[in-house]
Amino acid sequence: MSAVPGFVPGEVAPADEMTAAWWDATREHRLTVQTCGCGHRQHPPRAVCTGCGRTDGLSLVDAEGAATVDTFTVVHRAPRADVETPYVVARVRLAEGPILLTRLPSDRAWSIGDPVTVGWVDLPDGRALPVFTHTEQRN
Amino acid sequence: MTTGVAIVGAAESDLGSTGRSILGLQTQAVTRALADAGLTLADVDGIATTGVSRFSATQLADHFGIVPTWTDSTFAGGSAFEMFVARAAQAIRDGQASVVVISFASNQRSARSRRLGGVFDAWVPEAQFEEPYDPLYPASYYGMAAQAYLHHHGGTHEQLAEIAVAAREWALLNPAAFRHEAGPITAADVAAAPMVSSPLTVADCCLVTDGGGAVVLTSLERARDLRRTPVEVLGYGERTTHTSFTTVPDLTVPGAAGSAADAYARAGIGPADVDVVEVYDSFTITAALSVEGLGFCGRGEALDFIADGRIRPGGALPLNTNGGGLSYCHPGQYGVLLLVEAVRQLRGECGARQVPGAEVAVAHGTGGILSTHATVVLGVSR
Repeated sequence: MSAVPGFVPGEVAPADEMTAAWWDATREHRLTVQTCGCGHRQHPPRAVCTGCGRTDGLSLVDAEGAATVDTFTVVHRAPRADVETPYVVARVRLAEGPILLTRLPSDRAWSIGDPVTVGWVDLPDGRALPVFTHTEQRN
Repeated sequence: MTTGVAIVGAAESDLGSTGRSILGLQTQAVTRALADAGLTLADVDGIATTGVSRFSATQLADHFGIVPTWTDSTFAGGSAFEMFVARAAQAIRDGQASVVVISFASNQRSARSRRLGGVFDAWVPEAQFEEPYDPLYPASYYGMAAQAYLHHHGGTHEQLAEIAVAAREWALLNPAAFRHEAGPITAADVAAAPMVSSPLTVADCCLVTDGGGAVVLTSLERARDLRRTPVEVLGYGERTTHTSFTTVPDLTVPGAAGSAADAYARAGIGPADVDVVEVYDSFTITAALSVEGLGFCGRGEALDFIADGRIRPGGALPLNTNGGGLSYCHPGQYGVLLLVEAVRQLRGECGARQVPGAEVAVAHGTGGILSTHATVVLGVSR
């Protein structure tokens, strides 16, 4: 079952040596953030820290999975065949700081600042795409 | 101040739906701009272009039978041409070229070559981390920027629509505009048009047309002997900020502020000295953010600032006087046509849409998804 109903991803580009470990974590539904020894966190993962310029201090750290909606757009025209419209594309800001592009379910009226939690859409090759759903209030 | 370099020729290719090839339209634009300058292909030793092929300037040089001493094929989307002005001015001052042609043409309407999802090279991070979510490229990025802008600054879509309403008013005065005969539109029309990527409707989005243009640059010294009033390059600046949808912390703060500040500083002027403004209106939000970035009002103030009709014909800040990418022509990388219109306004050739007495113009290009920003300040001495 998909965390975002109706979202069936197309073909996703293969990982490379900079991103393979990040994608491998998604196979276990673990969202990770690349973190440098200098304290800087960045996404997507790359071979250099954009905070300090070092290439030898980077590692992947598990993210909490909590985020807020930074901004979003409801898309009404399909860019490829077999995409159900309308659908919601959003930028979410992880609690750890970095921003991800993602999908949100289209069954609610979203607002900037809404709290969201990571969910997963499995890909045929065993990887999974992180998507986000509304965080229910805890009492 | 001046860079010692001037634009001495400017022209459009055929526009709209032409049925022509890219090189055919390029040839129209370049030969018409040279004729405007009173020069010929034999005078050209510098070529700057993009969107022709992988080897853009090389391809064009071959097509014209020219062996240039200087070329530039920088691919930076719609702002490339404002960047080319800077590079060309530097090459001319440095003596590497004496006559430079900056050109672009596209047949995207005739060829139906535009793709809603854009084109992501398979080996860039965006192909792994963004394309899978099906953003429209570039419309969804600008939609998200508009959503953030209206949320943080408290405006309405109808206020933002003034950009498109004013562009149409100008297009009604420009016989070359794609929407010249289309009649006026209202803010309510824009908001009620079919949604593309919210909050942007089809009326917030630029046209998809064929078209092209060219400008010719040479030293100010040589320009004084040519047939047209020299339009001096007074200043330029640029910023390159990102390729990803996710690496910019705040989508409502574009690189335009930095590129404009550099351009004004080089020119020794400020926003209050500008008589006419041509900005890349790929979307209504692009132009609104550019009005702020260029310093005409403060951050978050653009929608109130333009609400009094000041960017319309007869207003205090004439903006996109040809009708812009929204109502005049949008061949994909529209930036060269900003320069063509700025030159024509400064030479006083614009007929019904002429801004009386315009002496200083700004052309400001934006490329990609608010990725590249380049500002040129032009002026004439009367």
